[in-house]
Amino acid sequence: MSNQAIEAFGRRRGRPPNSNFELYSWFFMRISGVILLGLAVFHLFWMHAVIGVDQIDFDVVAQRWTNPLWRLYDLFLLAFALTHGMNGLRIIVDDYVHKAGWLTAVKAVLFVIFAAFLGMGAYIIVTFTPVASTPAAAL
Amino acid sequence: MTGSRTVYGSRGRPVLAGLRYRGRQGMWTWLLHRTTGLGILLFLLLHIFDIFLLGFGPDVFNHLLFIYSAWWARVLEVFLLFGVLFHALNGLRLIIQDFWPGLWRYERQMILAEAAVFVPVFLWGAYVFLLPLFD
Repeated sequence: MSNQAIEAFGRRRGRPPNSNFELYSWFFMRISGVILLGLAVFHLFWMHAVIGVDQIDFDVVAQRWTNPLWRLYDLFLLAFALTHGMNGLRIIVDDYVHKAGWLTAVKAVLFVIFAAFLGMGAYIIVTFTPVASTPAAAL
Repeated sequence: MTGSRTVYGSRGRPVLAGLRYRGRQGMWTWLLHRTTGLGILLFLLLHIFDIFLLGFGPDVFNHLLFIYSAWWARVLEVFLLFGVLFHALNGLRLIIQDFWPGLWRYERQMILAEAAVFVPVFLWGAYVFLLPLFD
């Protein structure tokens, strides 16, 4: 690909031609991918094979989150998985949406969804305190 | 392709040829990587939402769990396992090939190695996931 074509591609994405954003994005997908290979697969295995999905209810989660390390684990899992997934969706959108205006609009919506769900997830992981009806799980 | 009729699209191109990008294993794993990625993201958004409901107390949260205790949820969980496991292993293969670019010449063999890991782990996992259905 000629430099001209690369620059045109960069302009289409509304970034300066010398921006390293896509390089960092590529690198982030690899790093977070390796991290998620551990975090997400272990989470899936633990919840299904060790605890069992039919066993999970409010008390089980409350009990789990009495240990701050599990909260930290879940916070990392949330941040890496959501950022990895939404960045992947951004790359897919780049492939299929070609009009500059639509591209901006779709990406703006993606960013709002990303920020809202990251906020929701982080909020509950950090601030969750079991209510009085479950004394066994009190912090 | 003797005996089969070719279906042509509006541009006079065979429809199946139009659907193909470059064909072979590389294209199919690429396509599966995208679809499984989208599926996992969709589940992740649902999952963040249901965990968020913890903040409304045990009544609301436990009431919503009926979604996950249904038999068809078990089947969907096997789909989730398929997606996460494939996306993880295929992603690992892509990372390895990016670090040692010479391996791109052996993509077919790499995908075969990937399948050799994926199939037994997935079958075992699906067995564990579906076992409670038959208790």
